[in-house]
Amino acid sequence: MSDTVRRPSDLVVPAFRPADEGAHPPLDYDDYRSTRLRAPSRPFVPLPQMLTEVTAPVFGSDRVKEGDADLTRQHSGEPLGERIIVYGRVLEDGGRPVPHTLIEVWQANSAGRYRHAGDQHPAPLDPNFSGGGRCLTDSEGRFRFITIKPGAYPWGNHHNAWRPAHIHFSVFGRAFVQRLVTQMYFPGDPLFFQDPIYNSVRDEAARRRMICRFDLDKTVPEWALAFQWDIVLRGNGATPMEDE
Amino acid sequence: MSVTPSQTVGPFFAIELPYADGPYVVAEGTEGAVWLRGRVVDGAGEPIPDAMVESWQADPKEAGFRGFGRSGTDSEGRWAILTLKPGPVPGPEGATQAPHLDLAVFARGLLNHVVTRLYFGDEAGANAADPVLSGLDEDARATLIAEPTGDGYEHDIHLQGPDETVFFAV
Repeated sequence: MSDTVRRPSDLVVPAFRPADEGAHPPLDYDDYRSTRLRAPSRPFVPLPQMLTEVTAPVFGSDRVKEGDADLTRQHSGEPLGERIIVYGRVLEDGGRPVPHTLIEVWQANSAGRYRHAGDQHPAPLDPNFSGGGRCLTDSEGRFRFITIKPGAYPWGNHHNAWRPAHIHFSVFGRAFVQRLVTQMYFPGDPLFFQDPIYNSVRDEAARRRMICRFDLDKTVPEWALAFQWDIVLRGNGATPMEDE
Repeated sequence: MSVTPSQTVGPFFAIELPYADGPYVVAEGTEGAVWLRGRVVDGAGEPIPDAMVESWQADPKEAGFRGFGRSGTDSEGRWAILTLKPGPVPGPEGATQAPHLDLAVFARGLLNHVVTRLYFGDEAGANAADPVLSGLDEDARATLIAEPTGDGYEHDIHLQGPDETVFFAV
């Protein structure tokens, strides 16, 4: 496909590939009960990618401060749980890194409890853990969070339903069409098979892309386990060499 | 390299995503600022108290300002963003698009965010010539057009049901 769309006004906007329907979950996935009254039922109307769709907000010190990527240092003491490093890159599917883009994360504490009034799971809150953090990727698209491994927790979707341990990620990218909110899972979790949110992604290879990788090389001796996870956004066809 | 799948924002995103300045694309008191307000509603007509709306738009004069807004919904399903009304934006094949914002809507129960637009009810001429609105029938168009109020515009988003909002594949 062409790399750009040229219009009479000489305005050239990058053409991002259409969303990969095979990778993303369907909105009407009945096993996840909350979709039933919330998933739109009519087909989406194609929208040409114009200026609004191929641009995205740029964040800076207004949203991210030094230390915001360390979720273990937000209180007077350290949170309970396994200290972990979660690192990786934000990339486009052509391999191009996405620099200086905002990543926001939130998660349950090590007992599987969120610091949120809506979470009624009878597991303890941790006075030293809020569970939210953020950072900007560096010039090569890299990010690194320090946190504790979240616990699994029960929810009311079906009898004896449990969410596998996960960290929520929100990513902007460089275009409105790249916006992504997802969840990162941990390798070997025994709860995957019964989780309709994880399994709403129908393609097995795509599901596995939501699971991070344990990394002994980046594990810091005597201090924290490391997990590596890359986030891949749809890109455009442009190569860095080409310039019309 | 293949893309990372989307997952729902879940019920607890308020731990991180809403922030104090999120709803203020421009500061209160900015000349020309308007409030965009409305509800996010489910297929049973019930307001959704755990949704989030993000807005992205051009500036009033196409001069570089690009406005991002973010608002969670309250217990009555209401969101609110203070911004400047955008100007017209270049469209496909030399057409001009009517002033609009792109909106992304997130909620528990939405496995991927959905994208819609907000157009302005007091821009009848520009709306009639808009290439995106022109492709829709009258009922569908109406779901994208915000009604003028005292200090801005009111615009409900229906995720499902007889008044379902038009959502876009982008």
